[in-house]
This record gives sequence, structure tokens and C-alpha cells, in this order.
Amino acid sequence: MTARPGLATHGVTAIVNGAERRARVIPRLLLADLLREEWGLTGTHLGCEHGACGACTVLVDGEPTRSCLVFAVQVDGCRVDTVEGLAGDGPGLHPLQEAFRVRHALQCGFCTPGILMTLVAYLRLHPAPSETEIREALSGNLCRCTGYQHIVQAALDAAAAGREAGASA
Amino acid sequence: MKFVGDRHLRKEDPRLLTGRGRYVADIALPGLLHAVLLRSPHAHARIARVDSTRARAHPGVVDVVTFADLGSAGRAMPMVPPHAELRGHNFAPLAGDRARFVGEPVAAVVADSRYAAEDARELLDVEYEPLPSAQTLASGAPAVHDDVADNVAGRVTLARGDVEAALRAAPRVASVRLRIGRGGGQPMETRGLVADWNAALGQLTVWASSQVPHQIRQFIADLLDLAPHQVRVLAPDVGGGFGAKLIVYPEDVLIPFLARRLARPVRFIEDRLEHMLAATQEREQEHEVTVGFDDAGRLLALRDRFVHDTGAYTPRGLVVPLLTASMLTGPYRIPAVESSFESRYTHRVPVTPYRGAGQPQAVFVIERVLDLVARETGRDRAQVRLANLVRTEDMPWHTGLPNYRGSGHVVLDSGDLPSVLRRALESARYEARGAEAAAARAEGRLVGVGVACYVELTGVGPFESARVRVDAGGRITAWSGVSTQGQGLETTLAQVAADELGVTPEDVAVIMGDTAGVEHGTGSFASRAAVVGGSAVALAARDVYAKARLLATRTLGIAEADLEQSGAAFADRRRPERRVTFAELARTAGAATAALGVEPGLESTRYFQPTDMTYSSGAHVALVELDPLSAIVRILGYWISHDSGRLINPLIVEGQLQGAVALGIGSALLEEIAYDEAGQLLAGSYMDYLLPTATDVPTMVIDHLETLSPLNPLGLKGVGESGTLPVPAVLASAIEDAVGPQGGRVTRMPLGPARLLDLLPPTRLGSGENP
Repeated sequence: MTARPGLATHGVTAIVNGAERRARVIPRLLLADLLREEWGLTGTHLGCEHGACGACTVLVDGEPTRSCLVFAVQVDGCRVDTVEGLAGDGPGLHPLQEAFRVRHALQCGFCTPGILMTLVAYLRLHPAPSETEIREALSGNLCRCTGYQHIVQAALDAAAAGREAGASA
Repeated sequence: MKFVGDRHLRKEDPRLLTGRGRYVADIALPGLLHAVLLRSPHAHARIARVDSTRARAHPGVVDVVTFADLGSAGRAMPMVPPHAELRGHNFAPLAGDRARFVGEPVAAVVADSRYAAEDARELLDVEYEPLPSAQTLASGAPAVHDDVADNVAGRVTLARGDVEAALRAAPRVASVRLRIGRGGGQPMETRGLVADWNAALGQLTVWASSQVPHQIRQFIADLLDLAPHQVRVLAPDVGGGFGAKLIVYPEDVLIPFLARRLARPVRFIEDRLEHMLAATQEREQEHEVTVGFDDAGRLLALRDRFVHDTGAYTPRGLVVPLLTASMLTGPYRIPAVESSFESRYTHRVPVTPYRGAGQPQAVFVIERVLDLVARETGRDRAQVRLANLVRTEDMPWHTGLPNYRGSGHVVLDSGDLPSVLRRALESARYEARGAEAAAARAEGRLVGVGVACYVELTGVGPFESARVRVDAGGRITAWSGVSTQGQGLETTLAQVAADELGVTPEDVAVIMGDTAGVEHGTGSFASRAAVVGGSAVALAARDVYAKARLLATRTLGIAEADLEQSGAAFADRRRPERRVTFAELARTAGAATAALGVEPGLESTRYFQPTDMTYSSGAHVALVELDPLSAIVRILGYWISHDSGRLINPLIVEGQLQGAVALGIGSALLEEIAYDEAGQLLAGSYMDYLLPTATDVPTMVIDHLETLSPLNPLGLKGVGESGTLPVPAVLASAIEDAVGPQGGRVTRMPLGPARLLDLLPPTRLGSGENP
């Protein structure tokens, strides 16, 4: 999809989940399609393709970004983090992922990667959020399955665990 | 039982949390092609000509297919289930000479990338002759199908007793007109398919984001003239269904057709606009209700006549209006009932069940009636409900109305409806909340309390299948004919199997949604998967366990009384070092001779065929505040008491209830599919069709009762849809309470801000409060 004779292509180099990746892409290729179709990172999901549902949220230089609204060429030289890199190299889960599991904060799992990436960035900046603040931080991510209650609880749990880990460190 | 009842953490979660889920759009095969569909821009048009010359010439395009190319696959798909009163029509894989709703597929473009396919779609030249369309439920609209001139797809009356006489005899009578609008399931993953034709095997493999893979297999086999064993349909991880993936769609046959035609794998992923345009929807009905009652608020007679919008086709026959009509009396004793409907065609997206399936409308109608009776008699709304609920000693309760399948009557099999309501009231501190609301209203705030009860028809047949096998490697696998779209069935079915086999859920791999796993299957809808699918797994696992014990006694040469299980092995109680594992038993069974007295294989395939539906019940209480300036409803508190029989996994059940209530809040306050007079969709994105967000949905307090169903081995009742049913009703009740006697009456759903403003009491309108 990225190249066809006669079509201009551009080089993209990005640090994806800590490792450098390169691709040649057509100018209009979306970041989501680069991640999913070229680099095989299918954990990033497309729910609406118009920036409203948040399922495709990834971090670009640490900022939550809708990968359906960004062209691949725009991340040239950037750091991109997706759900696949959240837990690091180990076999375990990231504390937020673990909280989601314990609280049953996911059902079909389709919106989950975008919600995790949104919350990871939010909790980094807001280590002690209130329930209302978490709900507002989540309000750009749609989940049709859970009713959000368990997601909010998981985020509060993860925030508390993060504070504890910080205090004991 | 060790694991049934446990708040067991889900087996599917580690995969889904780390981005290792496998949804249909994640499936990439070598040589994969991408299909996009051209959809009718007209609600009703003659398709005079499709010229694909320019599209075919576009770089990357491999094929363009129209109705004329379909050959024998260009037939209408079957309808499920049939009904004597149905004048049904279903769609074909592509529209032929006429398009009947905006979004109906007209042509497919296949290319080496989705980008190229979408570009080429713009180059298709279609000559449409637009025709007048039916956009109203009133009679006299243009005919949707030539042989159904009056657009009536079916007309049915269900009755118990002589309702006219009962209404005449009733001390008091009241009437109300109620309307419910359209909405949709809106799973976060849209629909999609990958199809692959293996010419060497003569076999189609189809991955479909679907609730009914076995039905898709049947439709593909029928329309493509293949034997069922030549078609394997798999539902991989599915990102939500809610009914939007319940029917077999044109694409479900068209994409496999393309894969066979091109001998290349083909992927189709619906985009969100297409989902809004063409995924089936539900709820639109107009009711005229008359109720007879006495001064004590007791219901004596109920007559409901309604018109149901079925859209352009009837893939699910009359199921939705039949559910509304047959479930009208809900949890209440009403001596005389008549419920009749006309299901009418319109030039709009077909209507098929989505979460709740006709029942939210029935609950809205009967609960509005209960509130009306309370107001007319000056009685408390909860007390009026308690006076009319079916009592525990009345169970099983025969409503006297035929059920929607025509397989008998609606008979509430079990439950304790008064306790469910009382516990919801206690949990909410109903009387105190009422006083709080009244005090707030005295200060000029619009605060109100609502209450609503419901029963839900669950555990629908005809059957579900399960195959449980211990293989020679000791692996335990359970295949089920149900599929999962997020309900946690991989975990709950493993819990059921684990208890039967004396192992843990982690020891049991559950495979669903694969027609190669079990030959026959029904699917996941109608809150049936855990009830019917779980029962089938229990039966099959019981067989395997009995066979394993028999083989163990023979292998060890001991009496059954001396057999002791430890995990996936049996030992001689007297000499524990003498043991035999499940794997060894499977190997023994795999080479079973006649002398061994058992059939080969440590496995069993079983079907559970419920004799009747089982009914869940519950009551919801809501505390709301209506902001007169923004006309936004804030839900201040929400309490649920629910009885879905034995709970396999309470954590999962709570998640089901919370999600269902959230969906109900959307359908009550936010979501409406609107069309203009030409049948053009007015809400084609999430910017104008609003799903509830984390700030719209309150924290809910959930209380469980467990009245076991007598209709299946584990006493299960379904839950998946239950939470949705009473939400419009309970919010209507609360909002009406909030606006007070001077305010308006809630007679339609959904209630967007404009309609909420119409309900405000006169003192709150134009009161100059706007700063």
C-alpha cells in the first residue's frame, strides 16, 4: 500500500516502543495504517477513523495522539509508543494493565489499548487524580462494553499503586 | 462447585491488554486484497446502469463486481425465523435493479490496498433514477416492495382474556401515546471479514466479526452452492456486538464470493460511516396504550396497539415487534391484555434486534403505564408496582401471551420479583431519596427519583453445542457453538468445565466461534450464551469426567470408591503412588478396543436444548437532576437489584450490568438515528450520534439475588441485555418526578436536550435565569 510506481514516497524513521523502525510511505498514509499494516503492531485499533472514539490513541513523543488523524510522515524523527510496548520486555503486565485485569476494566478489549495509552500519559502527569478527574481524562475515549465504572476504579488503583511505589523507592 | 460463583479473573485479558488480541482487521494473509463497497446514496432508486470502466482502469484495482456478476449468488438471503404472518423480504449480496435504503451495497471494488480501492470507488459511474421513498409509518407511503403495497410486513395480535370487556368494567381508565426512536448497537469494532479460498482443498475460510458464525456458514453454503464442510467460518476476537453483528449481512456472503472468484484472500473492514449507514438498528415504535385499573392502583386491563418500523428488509422476520408485544406485561399480573402491532416497511436500514431486542420498548410502555396509574390514583410509584408484581407463590407465572418464537407462552419460570424491588428500594434508600428530591425541588432545583422493574427473556434455544476433549498431550479443550464479543465466555465456560472435571479454569482452553470446532451451533444473542452454551459445556464435561473415571478404574484395576482425583490425574486412594494422568487416559481412550467397552477418544459432544426460555428480573432506581439552562440530565445515583439465577462469575455479571446500563443511558438521553424526509441519515458520525462517555455514566450500586432457574442443569439465567431494559423507563420516571406536576410528561425516547426543555415547568421557562 505504501508504494506504487509513479507515486512519491517519503522515508520515515521513528523510535517505536524503544526500537528504531524505518519505512517508505506515500504521503497520505495514516500513522495507524503504518503501525498496523507495515509494522504489524495491530494492538492499535481503528474504531471510527474520525478522531472521536480514541481507540487508536498512541503516544507520540509522550503525548496521546489519535493515530487515525496523523499522517505517518508526521512522526519522522519522533518517539512512538503503542500498547505493545507498555509492559516492557518482561512477561508481566504494566501496573495499569494489571489493575485493568483485576478490576475487570475491559470486555471486548477493542477500545482498551487506546484507553491504556491515554491513562498512562495522564497518570504520569497527575499521580493523585480524583474520580471526577479520571472521568474527565477518559471522556475522549469511547467504550461501549463496560460503562466505564471498572475502568475508573482501575485507574484509581493504578494511581495509588504508583504513588506507593514512588514513596517506597 | 469450586469455580462457578468465583470472581475469577478473565483468561482473555492478558492477550487483550497487551495488544495481542486478534480481531478480523488484524488478520493479514499473503496476497491479501482489499474490498470496499459502493453504497446507494438514495433511499429509493432504480439502478439503471453501473459503468465500472474508469474504476477498473485505476492503478491497483483487481476487480469490480455488481449484481450482474453475482450469477446464482445474486439471490435474497434466507430469513430467520419464519412466521406465518410475515410478508418478508431479505437483501441479496448486492442490490439488483433497485436500492431500498441509503447505504445498501450496490457494487464492490477490490484492489491491492484499501487506499486504491477507495479511490477507484469514486470512479464508478452509476445511473440512479431516484424514486419517492417511505419515510413515515403512516399508511399511503410509497411501497418498499412491489408485492407489499401497504408496506405491512406483518400484523399480529396477542391476547389474554377479553380486554374490551375488562376495560369497560374497570373503575378507571387512562390512555397514553408513546414513541421510541431509532438507535444502534455501535460496537467499537465495526463489522469486517477476511475470506480465503483454498482451491487445492476446495475450501473457503472466512474470519467474520460476527455473533453467529454457524449461520454465516450456512448462508455462504446456500448462496455459493458449497457443502457446509467446504466452508469454515471463524469469529476471532470480536470487538463488541450488541446485535449489530447478529444477522448475516450482504458482505458476509459477498466477500467470500469475491475470494473464490479471484482465488485470492480478500479483506473488508466497514468504516464507521458505513456502520452508521448500513448496520442494522432498532427501537422505533409508536404505541397507543389504554389501561384499566382500580382506586388501589391495581391493573385490570391493558390494551396496546403499536406500529413498528422494520426498515427496508426483514432479515429477522417479526422478532423485534413480537418480543415487544409478548413481553408487554413484564413482571406484572394483568388479568386482560391485548397487544397488537403492524410492522411496516420503510426505506431505511433494516431493523433487527439490538441489546434488549424489543423489550426495552415493552418495559418503557408498561412502566410509563405504572407511573400513570400511580399519578391518577395519588399513590407512590413503588407501592403501585409492589401491588401488581407477580408474587413468588404465583411462580411459575403464565402470562397467557404467546412467546415470540411461537413455541408456547411466556411463562416466568422462577424469581422473587417483590424481593428484587424491595432490595433495590432499600439499597437506594428510596424514601429518603424521595424526601431529598422534594427538598431540593422546594429550593427550586429539578431533582427527581425514578423506579422501574423488568423481566428479561433469556436462554433462548433451540440448542447450543459443546465438545469437550482431553487430548493425548493432556490438554483440555472445550469448543462451544456460542461466540464471544467481550462477555468473558472464554472464562465463564472454563469455570463451568473446570468444576465438572475437577481441574482449574486455567487448565481448560475454550474455543468459540469456529465452525470447525463444533458442527452445529446457534450463536450469541438473546442473553443465551452462558445459559445454553454453559449448560452444553457442563453436559459434555460431565461425560468426559465419567469416562475418565471409568478408564481410570480399569487402568488402575481398582473399584471406583478407591479412586481419588488430584488435578488432572487419578490415583488409588490406598496407594497414591499408583496414578494415571488425564493424558494417559486419553491415550488409552484413543486406542479403545471393543473389549474396553467405551468409544474411542476421551471426549464428548453434547447439545443442550432448553425446554423453554428462562426469565431474569430486576429493579432499578435512579436519582437525577435536570439542569434547566443546559437541559442536561445528571444522574446523581443509580441502584440495581438483579436476579439472573446462579452467577458463574459475579465480577463479569457486574460488568455486563454496568455496560448495559450505560448503553441504556445512551438510548434514553443521547443516541438517536435521525433521517431527513428523503431518508438521508442525519447522524453519520460520533460527532452527531453521541455515545455515552465516562462523564455521562454514573457509578452504580449493584445487588444480586440468585433464584435458580429450574430449566437448566446449573440454574442459570441470562444477563447480557438485562441492564439495558429499564433504563429509559427509570430515567423517564425520575425526570418526570424532577419537573414536578407542573412540568411535562415523558412520552417519548430518546430525550435529547430539546425535548427535555419542553418538559420544564412553566416557572422555569424564560425565567431570566440566563446570566
